[in-house]
Amino acid sequence: MNKMSRNESGWPDLLGNGKTLKQHRDEVLARTKETGFYNGLERLEFKEADPITYEKLFSRIRGGLVHARETAKKIAASPIVEQEGELCFTLYNAAGDCILTSTGIIIHVGTMGAAIKYMIENAWETNPGINHGDMFTNNDCSIGNVHPCDICTIVPIFWEGKLVGWVGGVTHVIDLGAMTPGSMSSGQVSRFGDGLQVTCRKTGINDTPLRDWLHESQRNVRTAKYWILDERTRIAGCHMIRKLVEEVLEAEGIENYTKFAHEVIEEGRRGLQLRLKAMTVPGIYRRVSFVDVPYAHDDMSLASAFGKMNSIMHAPCEMTIRPDATWKLNFEGASRWGWHSYNANQVAFTSGIWVMLTQTLVPTARINDGAYYATEFRIPKGTWMNPDDRRTAHANAWHFLVSAWSGIWRGMSQSFYARGYLEEVNAGNANACNWLQGGGINQDGEVHAVNNFETAACGTGACAIKDGLNHNAAVWNPEGDMGDIEIWEMAEPLLYMGRNVKTNSGGYGKFRGGCGFETLRMVWKAQDWTMFFSGNGYMNSDWGLMGGYPSATGYRFEAHKTDLEARIRDGMSLPLGADRNPQNTQYERHISATAEVKRDKQCTTTEAIFENHDLYLNYLRGGPGFGDPIDRDCASVEKDLNSHFVLPEFAEKVYGVVISNDQDDVWVVDVAKTAERRKKIRKERIARALPTRDWMKEERERIITKHASVQVRHMFATSFDLSVKFKNEFKAFWDLPADWELLESELGVPSFGSKYRMDLSKLPDVRTVTLVEE
Amino acid sequence: MSAYTQEQVNYLVEGKLDWETTMRMLSMPKDADRFRMYLATLQSSLPWDDKIILPISLHLYIAQNKTTKEWVTKCSCGHEFGDYRKNWKLEALVYVRDTPEAMREVYPTLMAPDTNWQVYREYYCPECGTMHDVEAPTPWYPVIHEFEPDIEAFYNDWVHLPLPEKAN
Repeated sequence: MNKMSRNESGWPDLLGNGKTLKQHRDEVLARTKETGFYNGLERLEFKEADPITYEKLFSRIRGGLVHARETAKKIAASPIVEQEGELCFTLYNAAGDCILTSTGIIIHVGTMGAAIKYMIENAWETNPGINHGDMFTNNDCSIGNVHPCDICTIVPIFWEGKLVGWVGGVTHVIDLGAMTPGSMSSGQVSRFGDGLQVTCRKTGINDTPLRDWLHESQRNVRTAKYWILDERTRIAGCHMIRKLVEEVLEAEGIENYTKFAHEVIEEGRRGLQLRLKAMTVPGIYRRVSFVDVPYAHDDMSLASAFGKMNSIMHAPCEMTIRPDATWKLNFEGASRWGWHSYNANQVAFTSGIWVMLTQTLVPTARINDGAYYATEFRIPKGTWMNPDDRRTAHANAWHFLVSAWSGIWRGMSQSFYARGYLEEVNAGNANACNWLQGGGINQDGEVHAVNNFETAACGTGACAIKDGLNHNAAVWNPEGDMGDIEIWEMAEPLLYMGRNVKTNSGGYGKFRGGCGFETLRMVWKAQDWTMFFSGNGYMNSDWGLMGGYPSATGYRFEAHKTDLEARIRDGMSLPLGADRNPQNTQYERHISATAEVKRDKQCTTTEAIFENHDLYLNYLRGGPGFGDPIDRDCASVEKDLNSHFVLPEFAEKVYGVVISNDQDDVWVVDVAKTAERRKKIRKERIARALPTRDWMKEERERIITKHASVQVRHMFATSFDLSVKFKNEFKAFWDLPADWELLESELGVPSFGSKYRMDLSKLPDVRTVTLVEE
Repeated sequence: MSAYTQEQVNYLVEGKLDWETTMRMLSMPKDADRFRMYLATLQSSLPWDDKIILPISLHLYIAQNKTTKEWVTKCSCGHEFGDYRKNWKLEALVYVRDTPEAMREVYPTLMAPDTNWQVYREYYCPECGTMHDVEAPTPWYPVIHEFEPDIEAFYNDWVHLPLPEKAN
């Protein structure tokens, strides 16, 4: 009987073996599941037989990826890309699994892989077709992207007419046409306010971007100039890497390359297990983190009344390291997604974990999807990190992503500490914020938007052997950099009135967290200009470790009607430098007495009008501390005082030092008196505390009578609704009556989404990709 | 495989190791003998001679009571919190910062959490007053049992050290 070939039936034979891309991927997954080894690779035959060639391939490809990133980023004009390095390039095999990646924001190892897998699952090869010279663009958060401003370009790689892999490049663009300017906006309650979203769209053929795409995309964003150059950056990098792979194939042959493209992933899988066994202690680790969503405030303008409420995002983490060095990360009990832009896709959540782990557990260039295959994730459907509704907004997913992972940091650090690898212990990181954003007409008279990335240089957490680093890094970008003032002043119509270490922002401890920093900005030569704040204020997301305190929380300072134009003209004093102690305000002494000043904890706001000469304080957070603060050595506290890292009042109260200020205004710690004072502090602690079980009886009564703020009860109600296990454990811990319940419907706040939801998978002709246990 | 002297591990624990060696520890493959040397350093610094099984915090250890041979959680001052499998925090003292005034004692105005959202729970040793942990949860949150190590697997299969006797 005559049968039509794949080509004749509308299925191009891209792999040259008669299988569709989905069939190929399914077979890889089946072999992996059946054997426990990636693609069934119980032995790394190529690596074992010819290790030199294998290593040559590794070095050449890895070097090429890094080189492409470093070269391509020079094309970009956006300081986010060019200064902060918010880009990365990754190479995938034909199944969409990552082989190797460049440096940079490597969270996108997973997010771009998820986009490729979505194309594979949904038969992109038949429509719109996959050919040599094509380009696909994706920023769709519902299929894995972190937030819409991360735009990725994906280019298929063919060799002798067959698809052998993919290369993806991503940049974080400054604006993508959300309802408010800046790339990580707040205020929209759903995807429909998040801005332009593109789902693996074919945007180029024959290595040329399509004109309809160029015209359409540029007019859908505010910062068209940056947008164009960012796209050229991604295309250039992808094409450099495609050329590199072609050269490798020419030199080494398709057989070796194909073996390498699978064995290196299995090697990555084994590598993670080896590191777990070499550095950790088997067992169960539990941690939790939270972040505030303070939307019941006048400065949160929402178009949708059902989003106007305070809530808390909840990320409990149970990490199990088994005796065979396999492990599972379980987030059961997390709260539900919400009507804000802080939701995250399951891939954004899991892939981001590798950014963190490459800084501790697997500090190696061989990070690839092997680490994913070595990890079991449980993320229940319906949680904020795995939404079950296609309407969710994700523009500022980082609001909680960065600190939701902090539980893993602390669990890992507990393990390193127990094992004696103290040099690896990290109490956590700052919840990297504030994100200064806004837009209008800039100093060049153009429609413009800003998202200042100084937050890439927050304080880091304390280690078990040393203090955290001051204003240095952010967990999501290990190459963090605050950027040059001169560059930011070109990119933003905002002059710097100060850039200083943020006093008292690092968490106290035997070793303190790194301090953040603060910059005071004055609006200058802008028109029709708005700005807003984006960060945590009412809560602290990152806890200290082993007796160390969390870092300080955020607060907001902005000033309007400052009269600074006249003060500058008349040579009067100006607000300059640091807001060193917010309870002893100084800026207000150098602006009009009738200025409108906002000093409060509302660190999330929507667009507010800023006139020229108005002020905005950008406070970048500190990191958490390690160990009991009264164990801190006196010389270190003395140094902190004289460097303005801590305020004298809190050096005395928290570190328990006895201090004096000499004639040269230098702080001196009296070591003998401090020792006596610290003995008293120990006694004071014992005197004021209760046995934990006694306190629990009091707390239980508050739970029985449901005495807590709405946001606290709302968080528990949504977590209970998604997880019977979490609810039962809660009730068992507090010994609550069997009929005790807490329902969203009793809270008196809008409960849209609590009962009626529609998942993306319910759309016609859509096959979603699930990469975690739900 | 890297190797370090007992003296270097001693300095590491004290936080006084030179940066060059610290960098080597960070960048090179881990030294498999570290745990044994680490225990030796810690054991020599304690005022008691019960055998340390596993350090779990800066001043907390799972230790073998030398008389009963039971494994317990023990403070560096000697105070015992009971069976090592139980959450030691339940046997500690706790001070909860759940008012603005209590928060104001440790942070400047505006730089502390709002206690309608978050409280700080400070867990102290009832005997010496050491602050072993600061939890920062919402009100109502259960006391977190942070760590349940699989010590048998760790000793037998991971670090290959003789497992100390256990009576409980």
